[in-house]
Amino acid sequence: MIETGNNNMLEAHALECIRDDRTLFSGLAFRLERGQALILEGRNGSGKTSLLRILCGIRLADAGTVTWDGTDIGKLGPDYHVHTAYVGHRDGIKLDLTPLENLAMARALGKPNDTTLEAALEKVDLYGFEDVLTRNLSAGQQRRLALARLLVTDTVLWILDEPFTSLDVHGIQVIEELLDQHTSSGGMLAVTSHHAVNLASTTIQRINLSDLAA
Amino acid sequence: MTSDSLPRAFTLLLKRDLTLAVRHRAEILNPLLFFVLVTSLFPLGIGADPKLLQAVGPGIIWVAALLAALLSLEGIFRSDFEDGTLEQFLLSSHPVSVLVIAKVLAHWLITGLPLLVISPLLGVLLGLPGDAIIILLITLALGTPVLSLIGAVGVALTVGLRKGGMILSLLVLPLYVPLLIFAANAVDTAAAGLPVTAHLSLISALLVLSLSLSPLATAAALRISLS
Amino acid sequence: MFNNFFHKMASPRYFYNISGQLIPWLAAACMALFLAGLYYGLVKAPPDYQQGDSYRIMFIHVPAAWMSMFIYVVMAVAGAIGLIWHIKLAEVMAISSASIGASFTFLALVTGSIWGKPMWGTWWVWDARLTSELILLFLYLGVIALYNAIDDKRTAARAVAILALVGVVNIPIIHYSVEWWNTLHQGPTVTKLDKPSIHLSMLIPLLLMAFAFKLYYAFVVLMRARCEVLERERHTGWVRELAETK
Repeated sequence: MIETGNNNMLEAHALECIRDDRTLFSGLAFRLERGQALILEGRNGSGKTSLLRILCGIRLADAGTVTWDGTDIGKLGPDYHVHTAYVGHRDGIKLDLTPLENLAMARALGKPNDTTLEAALEKVDLYGFEDVLTRNLSAGQQRRLALARLLVTDTVLWILDEPFTSLDVHGIQVIEELLDQHTSSGGMLAVTSHHAVNLASTTIQRINLSDLAA
Repeated sequence: MTSDSLPRAFTLLLKRDLTLAVRHRAEILNPLLFFVLVTSLFPLGIGADPKLLQAVGPGIIWVAALLAALLSLEGIFRSDFEDGTLEQFLLSSHPVSVLVIAKVLAHWLITGLPLLVISPLLGVLLGLPGDAIIILLITLALGTPVLSLIGAVGVALTVGLRKGGMILSLLVLPLYVPLLIFAANAVDTAAAGLPVTAHLSLISALLVLSLSLSPLATAAALRISLS
Repeated sequence: MFNNFFHKMASPRYFYNISGQLIPWLAAACMALFLAGLYYGLVKAPPDYQQGDSYRIMFIHVPAAWMSMFIYVVMAVAGAIGLIWHIKLAEVMAISSASIGASFTFLALVTGSIWGKPMWGTWWVWDARLTSELILLFLYLGVIALYNAIDDKRTAARAVAILALVGVVNIPIIHYSVEWWNTLHQGPTVTKLDKPSIHLSMLIPLLLMAFAFKLYYAFVVLMRARCEVLERERHTGWVRELAETK
């Protein structure tokens, strides 16, 4: 479910990221609009995760700015985060809570949409596991639960760090369908992946960070 | 955004942390056992002369409470940091400082409140008079939330570090000094049969101050630690 | 225009050049004041009618104690500027101040203890001023430990700024609580400059030493900040140029 209304725009201007004295990238710029996907490529350690964390607003860029509809995301704060959902390297779910409890918390942290928690679980093939402790699920199931968080709040921009980790072929297919649906109904996507990301109906930009290394 | 979404997030987060604590009972019990154990070591160390115990009792109980709080502090953010849920709080559409208050409140209910409940027993063990025990309860009720609030800043600053624990005590314990002085002195004064209104208002002032400033500092520290 | 000037001042390269020119002057002025202070303090000032000559350690102890508080406040203010306006130079100044402040605190503790020995008969009493200094030393050590524990130095500087701000809010409270806990100590005698309760012949060397300490802090913090700036900027063009020309 995606909020309707004006077209949104995420822009990066001359981003630079330095880690341990190494310039991972500099002068990085792009513009992402609704219905578009940004796929980040590059070797391990080329700064994909760092870039995603900068786009989230968790990490500060060493130079340059990220703007949402023309305003710096650092200034927007929660007003930016209400439009975004992030699934990072770590799942961001509590193992000692059930999937339902996890999703309820995730929904309360953002702007809830109309999808019921059960429906979200069903979409990631976790129906029937809603009251099992998450600790007892397999790694792939835990990852799908993390991705189910995307479905319970009303967000435009999904920022995903290696969403397919631990997923089997069927799991990957399920998630790809969700991503496709999101972008084709006007959502935005910024994603890193070692797997090829197959999105049928989407304008895709690719940035290879290995090419930008200084 | 609906107007009730922030209170809803607050209560859900509080409920979440309490649920997690109930599923890990050791988190509630360990600091409590530590509190009782440390306090009961002192008579063994310094002798069981009732006069001596009564004189040092308030100080002992308060120092033990400080250390018990310190022991449990990392629990506020450590596990949330490790599984990535802390990131999700920073990326929520609510003010982080309000979420911090929910987490600190949960921490106090889990670790501070049990100390409060058991403290009269320790007061009796150390031979404190009845009036002093009542004042001890009041100082703990006003003071243990301050321990959690100040501690949260320290934990937020050290949560990303591998050996955060040692540094945490260095950061937090000096900040506990005023509370220790006012609270232990209040119980002492009460044991001598003198009025303690001044002490209690000072401790209340500390509570108000830390309640208003610490969530902001904690939120800022979390942003820095996760960047 | 003000903003422009501010950012120019805060540019690491500009800072490096300007501070390099300032340091010798500051150091010379510091030495001059220091020698004058020592001369007036050790030679000119009369012995105290109660404490004899042993009070003269005050000319080190009191300025050191002042500096210990002063530097903590400077550190917190610099940290706040760094946090709010993202000025890296302010972060550098804050962290460069920490260990100087810790040294002054340590100096105040040691001289206080030496001063106390003939007065109290022991090296340490839980006097309010000394106890406050001790806690202040712990606060400094916390700042330094936190800075060293965080690998990424920019993150570390920002974390330290938060800690310094929390500390600066707490210092008056700690100070007050410790005084309250121990009201035995003699009240501050120099703050009332209009009618000083200590004799002018003692006040002059005290103020001379205080200014010498301030200047000492100024030039040492600049030296430390220059090192820190070089280390942080070592992959930039101007630092490489500098390294090649030398």
